[in-house]
Amino acid sequence: MNLTRRHLLILLPTAAVAWKYILAGTPESSPNYTMASHWWSMLIDIPKCIGCGNCVRACQAENDVPDGYFRTWVERYHVTEWDLENPKVDSPDGGKKGFPPALEEGGKNFFVPKLCNHCVDSPCTQVCPVGATFISPDGVVLVDQKYCLGCRYCVQACPYGCRFINPKTETAEKCTLCYHRITKGLTTACCESCPTGARQLADLKNPKDPIHEFLKTHSVQILKPHMATGAKVFYNELDGSVR
Amino acid sequence: MPGVEGFMYPNEIELQWSVLIVLYPFLTGLVAGAFILASLERVFRVQAVKPTYRLALLTALSFLLVAPLPLQLHLGHPERSYEMYLTPHTSSAMAMFGFVYLWYLMAVLVLEIWLDYRRDIVVMSQTTTGWKRWVYRVMTLGSSNISEHALAIDERVGYLITVIGIPSAFLLHGYVGFIFGSIKANPWWSTPLMPVVFLFSAMVSGIATVMLLYMLITWVRGQKIDMPCVDTVARYLFYTFIIDFSLEMLDLIHRIYESDESFRSLDFMVHTKLYLSHIVVQIVLGTVAPIALLALTQVLELTEADRKRIYVLAGCLTMVGIFAMRWNVVIGGQLFSKSFLGYTTYKMGLGAREGLLMAIVLTGLPFVILGVLVKLLPPWPETDSGSAPDATPAY
Repeated sequence: MNLTRRHLLILLPTAAVAWKYILAGTPESSPNYTMASHWWSMLIDIPKCIGCGNCVRACQAENDVPDGYFRTWVERYHVTEWDLENPKVDSPDGGKKGFPPALEEGGKNFFVPKLCNHCVDSPCTQVCPVGATFISPDGVVLVDQKYCLGCRYCVQACPYGCRFINPKTETAEKCTLCYHRITKGLTTACCESCPTGARQLADLKNPKDPIHEFLKTHSVQILKPHMATGAKVFYNELDGSVR
Repeated sequence: MPGVEGFMYPNEIELQWSVLIVLYPFLTGLVAGAFILASLERVFRVQAVKPTYRLALLTALSFLLVAPLPLQLHLGHPERSYEMYLTPHTSSAMAMFGFVYLWYLMAVLVLEIWLDYRRDIVVMSQTTTGWKRWVYRVMTLGSSNISEHALAIDERVGYLITVIGIPSAFLLHGYVGFIFGSIKANPWWSTPLMPVVFLFSAMVSGIATVMLLYMLITWVRGQKIDMPCVDTVARYLFYTFIIDFSLEMLDLIHRIYESDESFRSLDFMVHTKLYLSHIVVQIVLGTVAPIALLALTQVLELTEADRKRIYVLAGCLTMVGIFAMRWNVVIGGQLFSKSFLGYTTYKMGLGAREGLLMAIVLTGLPFVILGVLVKLLPPWPETDSGSAPDATPAY
């Protein structure tokens, strides 16, 4: 059959639609995933973080995070010997491009990756006026983008500064623990891209998950424990100056 | 980064709640305060303030009608706001807004105004002509019985609604304070005193607004100002202001003495970014000055003209002070980092959706509505205005 211009005019849009919906963009199903069998959390091993910013870049690419906003970021702390209450902290562009050489001398420097703590008693979920923010049965705090009013109350209520309003969608956005990946047996984009293994996705309901052994044998802390939010991001060797 | 000092969490640099959210507690405060002033006459039988009764109710209604607009304009998706009525999240303080608002608007304010004006509405529906006649006819809601018996029932029901209305007014504004006071992540907001402070500042602003409006409207109409009335209103303003100031000072002293982890950060903010709006405008000009002026009228034998000048000056300063208080709560609460290590700056747009011009329009709108309401439902006695017709009641 000879292809005429008429045929091409019909075939090309058809192929484009097929590419978009059939070949490329159809959401994968995850038939073997049972929400009730998981309770997701994350382990951050602070001594292992080198501040390379791979995690921030991977998160932005994976989740289409707009410039200037962050689902995850890395902070660099500089603490002099005893002045725990006044650390010097910086996070240029969320640590996305790494960090310039430290100017401060003396004391200690270390990096602290931050992300949503997926709190069990999350203040953001509590204040959402319509329930657009919710905790999934597998312990991930999520936002229904089609339901969120954009009132920003959740952004105010988060003690960790993890939420923002996406300027494109005008709705609240935050780390989803790459829910679209973890429900298919993958790890998060930030964990996948971390060159030192400073970030580890953990399933607290899985008795074989190495996190259980790690929590038993290491000095582990959560951020702002006085907020009583039930944070599920655990930090190994967290310094007292971190807030 | 421009406008940022120290370290802010990267998502904190942009302020979430703008000048429109400053307007929201300011407007609802005027509603609650004006209503509580009206209830002084109706429930507590303070006869001296009777000339302000109807004006206070209409003022409350005008501001209440505008109060949700800044919220609506601020939402990222205003078209979804109805979801708060359909599927309210019961653990959210904000989810209750729609219900508290509707209760106050429909079950308290509109009903009380309608009952109070029913006789006038019926009379005017029979004596006016043209489109006005139709408007008044609709406003009668088909109830044209203004017999003595019917009016006595109106009076009793109106009294009952005002009695219900007082806690409702407390609920309306105390609740607004709770929205801020219950955010444990923000130490500038998180205090159980917040609803009480909001409530008393609401009463202060509402009483001052009605006092100023009464004096202005009476002057514009060329009528004589009822000085015993204004003296009484000013006295109540003075008393309420002292309670409000005491509560705010209690909060301040408690914070200074306790000096928790957030104190140094907040203290720095008050001495730098908030110095002008908090120390100078809110505390000195907007609170201490009007209290001192009102105290003068209580202890000195001043002439009527002097008292009027002082009341106008004190009333205007009060309004500035209460607006500054709302500003310092809403904007001030977002200028510091939750890490307590840095500060950001609020940049208000001019013509943007949440900019200065919109704020000015929304502040002016209640006065336009009040103008229409006053024209439609004159709040002064018939003999004063000469506008309400002398009609034979229909039985």
